[in-house]
Amino acid sequence: MANPMKIRARADGDVVEVKVLMAHVMETGQRKNQAGEIIPAWFIQRVEATYGDRVVLSAQWGPAISANPFLLFKFRHGAKGEKVRITWFDSKGNTRTDEVVIA
Amino acid sequence: MKAAGVVAALAAAGWIDPALADSAEWNKRAFDVKSLDELIGLLGGETASASEAIHFDAPDIAENGAVVPLAIVSAIPGTESIAILVEKNPNVLAAMFTLPEGTLPEIQARVKMAETCNVYALVRAGGRYFYTAKEIKVTLGGCGG
Repeated sequence: MANPMKIRARADGDVVEVKVLMAHVMETGQRKNQAGEIIPAWFIQRVEATYGDRVVLSAQWGPAISANPFLLFKFRHGAKGEKVRITWFDSKGNTRTDEVVIA
Repeated sequence: MKAAGVVAALAAAGWIDPALADSAEWNKRAFDVKSLDELIGLLGGETASASEAIHFDAPDIAENGAVVPLAIVSAIPGTESIAILVEKNPNVLAAMFTLPEGTLPEIQARVKMAETCNVYALVRAGGRYFYTAKEIKVTLGGCGG
């Protein structure tokens, strides 16, 4: 099972800044192991962030996003005490969702 | 191409719908492109214009090509999405972010770079495409074994 994300969300007025650190190998499919065999690609392909029912960010990623991906984004009309929820979907069909209370 | 065809092309590319990533489909064709122009063509747009209204903060030299931090802020009104492209990577497109109404046109992420090359921040606003480019020198490539 995938490890949890680290998420921080901080409100400044009604703008919420969200920082996310995901735990994922983000294997490109370009590398070889010591036996010279290609290590298959395995990477996060889609990310979605929601605030209540509202989608505040959606992303599609390729294998060029660094391992253990970092992401920062900001959205308006968010309030302290409410939650931001992040979900990722990877190329092997795994998914993980975590949420954080806005500080 | 008629308007419906353009819409279909954009929908196929996943960029016309603000909720693009709601579709459970990862856009393989977009991630297979080999150039900025090819991506724009796939998305059904005309040639992208260089724009100084996209602020692109990135290191001049990346000692470690596996982790190159990028910060992009678009001052173009109506910015709908931001994409990151790395010119000489095996897959040029690194990421596409769709920014719904209320989300600021500001993104930070970290990418891998195989070698020294231009990195593009591509912005879609009002159905048009704008970009800014920055050359980043890579000391140690981040894609090889």
